[in-house]
Amino acid sequence: MFPYIPTTHEDEQEMLKSIGLNSLDDLFSDIPEDMRLNRELDLPKAKSELEVSSYLKELEKKNCSLSEMSCFLGAGAYDHYIPSIINHIISRSEFYTSYTPYQPEISQGTLQYIFEFQTLICNLTGMDVANASLYDGGTAITEAALMAAASSKKDEILISKTVRPESIQILKTYAHMQGLKVVEVEMKDGVTDLEDLENKVSDNTGAVIVQSPNFFGIIEDLKATGEIAHKGKKTSFIASVDPISLAVLKKPGELGVDVVVGEAQGMGIPVSFGGPYLGFIAAKSEYMRKLPGRIVGQTEDKNGKRSFVLTLTAREQHIRREKATSNICSNQGLNVLAATIYMVTLGKEGLKEVALQSTKKAHYAFEQLTKSGKYKPAFDKPFFKEFAIISDIDADKINEELLKEKIVGGYHLGKDYPQLKNAVLYAVTEKRTKEEIDKLGSVLEGIK
Amino acid sequence: MRKYEKLIFELSKPGRKAYNLPALDVEDNDIKNFIPEEFLSDSELNFPELSEVDVIRHYTNLSNKNYGVDTGFYPLGSCTMKYNPKINEDAARYDGFSNLHPYQSECCTQGALQLMYELDKSLAEIAGMDKMSLQPAAGAHGELTGIMVIKAYHEKNGDTKRDKIIVPDSAHGTNPATAAMAGYKIVEVKSTKDGLVDLEALKAVVGDDTAGLMLTNPNTLGLFDKHIKEIAKIVHDAGGQLYYDGANANAILGHARPGDMGFDVVHFNLHKTFSTPHGGGGPGSGPIGVKKHLEEFLPVPVVQKDGDRYYLDYNVPYTIGKVKDFFGHFGILVRAYTYILTMGSDGLKKASEIAVLNANYMANKLKEHYYLPIDTLFKHEFVLGGLKDTLSEVTTLDIAKRLLDKGYHPPTVYFPLIINQAIMIEPTETESKETLDEFIDAMIEISKEASENPQMLKDAPLSTVVSRPDETKAARNPVLKYEG
Repeated sequence: MFPYIPTTHEDEQEMLKSIGLNSLDDLFSDIPEDMRLNRELDLPKAKSELEVSSYLKELEKKNCSLSEMSCFLGAGAYDHYIPSIINHIISRSEFYTSYTPYQPEISQGTLQYIFEFQTLICNLTGMDVANASLYDGGTAITEAALMAAASSKKDEILISKTVRPESIQILKTYAHMQGLKVVEVEMKDGVTDLEDLENKVSDNTGAVIVQSPNFFGIIEDLKATGEIAHKGKKTSFIASVDPISLAVLKKPGELGVDVVVGEAQGMGIPVSFGGPYLGFIAAKSEYMRKLPGRIVGQTEDKNGKRSFVLTLTAREQHIRREKATSNICSNQGLNVLAATIYMVTLGKEGLKEVALQSTKKAHYAFEQLTKSGKYKPAFDKPFFKEFAIISDIDADKINEELLKEKIVGGYHLGKDYPQLKNAVLYAVTEKRTKEEIDKLGSVLEGIK
Repeated sequence: MRKYEKLIFELSKPGRKAYNLPALDVEDNDIKNFIPEEFLSDSELNFPELSEVDVIRHYTNLSNKNYGVDTGFYPLGSCTMKYNPKINEDAARYDGFSNLHPYQSECCTQGALQLMYELDKSLAEIAGMDKMSLQPAAGAHGELTGIMVIKAYHEKNGDTKRDKIIVPDSAHGTNPATAAMAGYKIVEVKSTKDGLVDLEALKAVVGDDTAGLMLTNPNTLGLFDKHIKEIAKIVHDAGGQLYYDGANANAILGHARPGDMGFDVVHFNLHKTFSTPHGGGGPGSGPIGVKKHLEEFLPVPVVQKDGDRYYLDYNVPYTIGKVKDFFGHFGILVRAYTYILTMGSDGLKKASEIAVLNANYMANKLKEHYYLPIDTLFKHEFVLGGLKDTLSEVTTLDIAKRLLDKGYHPPTVYFPLIINQAIMIEPTETESKETLDEFIDAMIEISKEASENPQMLKDAPLSTVVSRPDETKAARNPVLKYEG
């Protein structure tokens, strides 16, 4: 017998009898013999909880958890503080074992936290509407680009080379399938080359996409970029942002951005070897009926009571099928809840403090790591919580040496940008202490 | 139940704090010294200020307004709302799994890579396929990835004339939406009155412009299409590829495999068949499996093994590229693998047997009181066509709302589109006979109420925190955020 299957042998017999069958095997008589799997699945048999957890713990031991290390690795996934309250709330089974809120009367909990999330994202980004989330930052960029291309009926997308490389790859994969053209805008001294952008923007451009802080941690000039982007007819200006940075940086909504996307993993979600994370999209009101994914709206029930429902569903796959704005059927559910709790727990002052501590510690680290001249700044531009430094020493060797001291070193930019061989991107969050940063500095100094 | 009607913003009070961070331990340099003022915000963040107890009370009260599998029966057809084992939740939270950065060097992540590799092999065995990609984030995402792989395959063969994907009229909305997103045109093929693919209609629509066919088997009516081998031949002979929508895989685990039926690509919904939680809408995971000839198109990276070493392979010759940041929903993969280890080959097979038994048991009892358009041996789900009295003013919506009063989450309603007043019921194997009997009794009560007191159903639900929110108003005058 299996713990998750309550049916007893007696029940089986009774139920089979009631439908006029003799054995469980009879239930599969509609599958032709030549398609039946006439052997056991080549998998181990059922195991007890103790055996399963024992095996998984063996696997776990083969990993180096960040709690044993000092993490200076970012590049799209960040080791930020996660308030302990989050795990307790998302472990409530009414939240995590519930389905998509298609029956609003028994899903007001889910619908309301999504509404709160949408509100917070709009407030953070300075935009008019936000949806209930997308899979991750990378697919969010792509969904925004597809939305812009469809609404402007243009087939060309411009994207800066300073956007996260994996995210550019995702866009290219999707764009190729739809016959859209992706043109990369050059970078200059670590930021989008605005001259090159100006040369490339035309009336064929459906969208211009940049990231700020960009992949190198550098803050881009969104205002200036937007002015150039809008020289194209009906061109949407899309910015991918770090939501935590918006606690101190100007809102994209005030800088001429039409659509904001980003990765919200840093807001209450563990790094978890790359997923599940949390993409978000927010836009000016004119994009409301074009947004992909779920959206929650406020309404009244038949007794006039404030209620929340999934709305504007005419955009979605279950209604419009092949004419849907996207094929996306879900959102990131529980991760939306985690980020919402994060945002309200840190609140007005807390998010600002996280951002300030991260950037101040990053700048302290930058000073420490470059003061002797052994490692030089790769760029000379203002950055938020990540920066790149370069030297003659092989980047892999640097990280091997750091690992011996239980330090997870930065991301080797040479993997994606050949001209940045041996440049390493370091991320510093509010979790890194002065001791950890000083140790990083001294170990780096000692590498030959 | 306690009445609670606040939005989090309505609890805010200036000066309240729910967090504490260590004091800054490095030099407190003014941010203006290193970030130009033009980039800096000159306004306060419009976020609430709360204490920790405010946050806990608020979300605890919100959770009380929800209904999960742990609360009660959730017979949503096509969703496989099976029990979410708790050991899965513990495993995903192991420090060495949740606290691992995706870009740490491979020597530091061998446990994670081994887990992914073993899951890959397990799913491939269950599916009868050769290699998996664990990258897609959801079922629809897996569908898109699979269709993209098919497209890349045709492109490599220079077969660019193939611009159509065939989809049965009983298909889930994501199928045509996915095909459109991959740049394909959709051709719908009609079902027979038995709800299966009409072979003659299929032969009429295949041609040298067919890229592929997307099929669920058993289909959305819960029926196993025994002509699947003929369907596969028709499509393959025309040069197309066959895509399996794995949404209904819970019906055949250990009994049949899409790979043996002739499918070239499959996707699984780990949040359905493999017990990972639905989370109020996500996150899920939709890995795809392919036959050998399609391996070279999989998204990168693919998890491989070389001796004792596990690694991420980015050298996939004709890869479609990437469909997602990083490698996939690892936290969900851990839960699914934990489930597979727990159930084993025997448990998975048993799960399908009982899922199918439960569905047939229920259909047999309910057909006395409801219209069962196709009365045959089902797999794991079945579709009713509303009340037996087709002249009743009581609709499927009313029945669903009345079920809320009886303490149940209603089944899937108005899908599939080919059945009028559809009610799709999928009990899954994790429900006891007692639960099924109680639900059947509730449905029978409702059918009686429909003839004796239809107004009560029209007024339902009467016992929930809100009742029949005005969805028309919500769409006509959208209010999508709190304005204060």
